[in-house]
Amino acid sequence: MLMRNIKLNSTPLLIQTESWRKIMKKIEAIIKPFKLDDLKEALGALNIAGMTMSEVKGFGRQKGHTEIYRGAEYVVDFIPKLKIEIVVEEDRVDAVVEAIIGSVKTGKIGDGKIFILPVEEVCRIRTGEKGKNAI
Amino acid sequence: MKILTILLLLLVLSPSLVLGGDEAPTIASNADAIALVQDHANYLWTLVAAALVFFMQAGFAMVETGFTRAKNAVNIMMKNLLDFSVGSIAFWAVGFGIMLGVNKSGWFGTTDFFLSGWTPDGDPWVLAFWMFQCVFAATAATIVSGAMAERTKFTSYLVYSFVVCALIYPVFGSWAWGSLFNGSGWLEAKGFIDFAGSTVVHSIGGWAALAGAIVLGPRIGKYSKSGKVLAIPGHNIPIAALGVFILWLGWFGFNPGSTTTADKSIAMIFVNTNLAACAGAVLAMITSWIMFKKPDIGMSLNGALAGLVAITAGCANVSPTSSIIIGAIAGVVVVLSVVIIDRMHIDDPVGAVSVHGVCGAWGTLAAGLFNMPSMGGFSTEVIGVQLLGIGAAFVWSFGIAFTLFKVIDMVIGLRVSEEEEMMGLDISEHGAHSYDFQLTKHA
Repeated sequence: MLMRNIKLNSTPLLIQTESWRKIMKKIEAIIKPFKLDDLKEALGALNIAGMTMSEVKGFGRQKGHTEIYRGAEYVVDFIPKLKIEIVVEEDRVDAVVEAIIGSVKTGKIGDGKIFILPVEEVCRIRTGEKGKNAI
Repeated sequence: MKILTILLLLLVLSPSLVLGGDEAPTIASNADAIALVQDHANYLWTLVAAALVFFMQAGFAMVETGFTRAKNAVNIMMKNLLDFSVGSIAFWAVGFGIMLGVNKSGWFGTTDFFLSGWTPDGDPWVLAFWMFQCVFAATAATIVSGAMAERTKFTSYLVYSFVVCALIYPVFGSWAWGSLFNGSGWLEAKGFIDFAGSTVVHSIGGWAALAGAIVLGPRIGKYSKSGKVLAIPGHNIPIAALGVFILWLGWFGFNPGSTTTADKSIAMIFVNTNLAACAGAVLAMITSWIMFKKPDIGMSLNGALAGLVAITAGCANVSPTSSIIIGAIAGVVVVLSVVIIDRMHIDDPVGAVSVHGVCGAWGTLAAGLFNMPSMGGFSTEVIGVQLLGIGAAFVWSFGIAFTLFKVIDMVIGLRVSEEEEMMGLDISEHGAHSYDFQLTKHA
């Protein structure tokens, strides 16, 4: 059981509860759609157990483009992207983020963003396991 | 050897044994038999052509749904299915008689309603001819559904479907084509050339489409408050392209089939039809490339159809070289027409008015301009009659259709409500959808 140098207002006793769990994080990566296979490969190399993917649209500094339909111009603002969500233990976050960036970066505007959020609890539905065993 | 001789003798004599030995073929009976074969061939060709023209209904359905949004796909299918079904019955009941019945005044027929001209032991040619004419009437009817797409009340469209095949199409048809059967029209008496119907079918449909689009008004979101033309992209370009190919195929029944005779003249008609379509597609592509900086798929597809519509009038009296010119000009005209009509804030989601109305008029004029020398060549009288027919078609079709749509609007309403239009006609009119079936219950 690790003791961490955490500045808490509560007493150190809280840290030594029997249900101490490692802190878990969710990594949300918005990437260019054609980079999905590269990303999967890179995460596979890190033995990441699973992920969720959704098709989204968005824009940042990458502006949309103009299309023409039967002589009328229209602007497409929202560009198709993919959002990949992975939950990992906190100590793996840096490695995963590095792997994602390494696999999907093209150097051009529109490469995407990564958000890291805290996760309060994880539960495996089939077995009822919780915490890091459920990841 | 003896057995062989006997067998040979039997073989030689067997035809006369089979045919009844006392009737030797005469020149007259041979002539009758040959005429019967030609008769059978005429039936065969006319009905195969009718089947090809029927298949154009699938083409129209695919073009219209490809160029409109997914939330209205069920509605487009219903309209296309029903304008053919209701229209055919209307044409059986009333339209055929008005168009091709005995026509004393030269303005409309008064016999042959409900296919009364057919008896079980009578000449079945009336059935074959009716079938061919029926699919032509249905073609005119279905042109309108594209221009009125995405905002028309379904019941109102059903009413229109009946009237177009009972009245609008047959009356003008009687003027131009009545003498093909029992009738006689005032326009054809003047020498009006419209072999397969650039005006009779396509312009009649196109001008009715224009009336519908005007009375309906544009789709929500089509024109901005400042007057800018906004794009409402279709949802399935491959389906739209498939539709154009199907129409092109069907046109090989539409144009050559109008001979209703199996003879060698259909060869030139086939070639003219194909060349005009190709020229239309190419020139529409080039025109859109110049105007919009990229070759445009929607315009190119419309261009092929424009070429086909334009050659329909003159396919039997112009040369293949002329067909290329006629189709090419149609390809340019259709692109300009789509843009101009849009700028007038008349919303035509698939370009029906431009393809069928405008290019139908051009094709009818072209049939006069490019009349082959062997058919009489160019003459100002012929041009005059062509222009007369074009004008008469516009006045009749646009006038009646506009009145019809106004009356429908007053009685049951022509357009759906704003909420229904936003929701999509699939849900609001039919309680269904074409795609994205909710799998949560049954997956």
